Amino acid sequence: MSDPLLADLDVIILDYGAGNLRSVVRAVERVGARPEVASVPAALDAADVVILPGVGAAADTMRNLRERALVEPIREYIGADRPFLGVCMGLQALMTVSEEGGEHACLDVLQGRVVRLPAGRKIPHMGWNRVELRRPTPLFDGIPDGSHFYFVHSYYCDLAEPDEVVAVADYGTDVTAAVERGRLAATQFHPEKSGAYGLRIYRNFLREHACA
Amino acid sequence: MLTKRIIGCFDVDNGRVVKGISFVELRDAGDPVELATLYDHEGIDELVFLDITASHEDRNTVVDMVRRTADRVFIPFTVGGGLRSDEDMMLMLESGADKITINTAAVERPALISEGAYRFGSQCIVVAIDARTESDGSMQVYTHGGRRPTGIDAVEWAREVVERGAGEIMLTSMNTDGHQDGYDIHLTRAVSDAVGVPVIASGGAGNAQHMIDAITDGNADAVLAASIFHFGTHPIMDVKRQMRAAGIPMRMEHADYDDVL
Repeated sequence: MSDPLLADLDVIILDYGAGNLRSVVRAVERVGARPEVASVPAALDAADVVILPGVGAAADTMRNLRERALVEPIREYIGADRPFLGVCMGLQALMTVSEEGGEHACLDVLQGRVVRLPAGRKIPHMGWNRVELRRPTPLFDGIPDGSHFYFVHSYYCDLAEPDEVVAVADYGTDVTAAVERGRLAATQFHPEKSGAYGLRIYRNFLREHACA
Repeated sequence: MLTKRIIGCFDVDNGRVVKGISFVELRDAGDPVELATLYDHEGIDELVFLDITASHEDRNTVVDMVRRTADRVFIPFTVGGGLRSDEDMMLMLESGADKITINTAAVERPALISEGAYRFGSQCIVVAIDARTESDGSMQVYTHGGRRPTGIDAVEWAREVVERGAGEIMLTSMNTDGHQDGYDIHLTRAVSDAVGVPVIASGGAGNAQHMIDAITDGNADAVLAASIFHFGTHPIMDVKRQMRAAGIPMRMEHADYDDVL
């Protein structure tokens, strides 16, 4: 199921020791691209698209990125407005600071804080939630507004710049579901675990930057 | 709004699904990966594989199943059965499982929960609790597939596993399991109201009304069903439609991969 538009795209999935990359790799393959898993900064040089997946805690994520000397390369890559997709912790790590397990400085690519979900509901926020678009975006091309995506998280991104939030999900507050700024996109939900529409997110992102 | 989940569960013995499953559409109805793919296509929200193989020394069969599932199924799935260490957990997670579930091993050594949660994150750690409502009304935890009483109170144990880092509880009632006569609402509610993490009701699903009751009266966040979907008499989307008609938020789209891509 190779997609001629995507087959030659140099898609790098960053491995920083967070485990379970397999589903992201398979999802990207399923939409017709040939991703490469890499953990060295040099991999960003020639990349057409970089994907930062991730589960776990913010502090571990940042420590892992620092140990692999990936912090500055990621900041420079995104700073040059090259195509970058963050998923779950790969979104939260882009923020200024995370309150998960104390105060932890993050990549500060997106301005704002990662804060605990409001009390009163089960935490983690786990399962399929309805995602509503705040503005139309090619990232959700072919996906009906209000479709459901799979979330697993206890903290969420409170962005300083509301215009960067393109989609939200209701969980006692408007939880940031997807963010976009230039060629940077990131989702709180797991597209690789969100069925056909989830895979469509990957395809949309890759196609958009294959044609650019 | 967060929807309530329907979770399909397969018991797997030596790589084969046990309990008579008869789907005409399948080439091999005993293959857990084929069944998982079909359930995904039919609109299931999540899947659980419980490995009931007597000997857990040879994990290759399970690892192969997990890998093949991760290759074809793009919804979350959990693997459990005989996992006794964080190394066992890692093997499953690295092979592509999203979560692991532990039961007897957690009762025998509760630190296993915190070790797993610390290493992989709470979101990966589902603690399964098998409990029976006794004649005096107490709710007791059982281990070893529901055969061995522990003297532990189910609600107390649920609180403890959450303190130790469980991200979710899969709660099976030994009283109702296998009867298809409804979940144990009292037990489900007692546990769900006692903890801050999602609780999956299990044991006793026979129809959509049972699932509605487990959610509206039992306060369950998800319902697990092993056999009711296996014969095609209760199509998943029919059950979901009935649940939605009862006012429960459900994910109704189950788009075909080939149509969307």
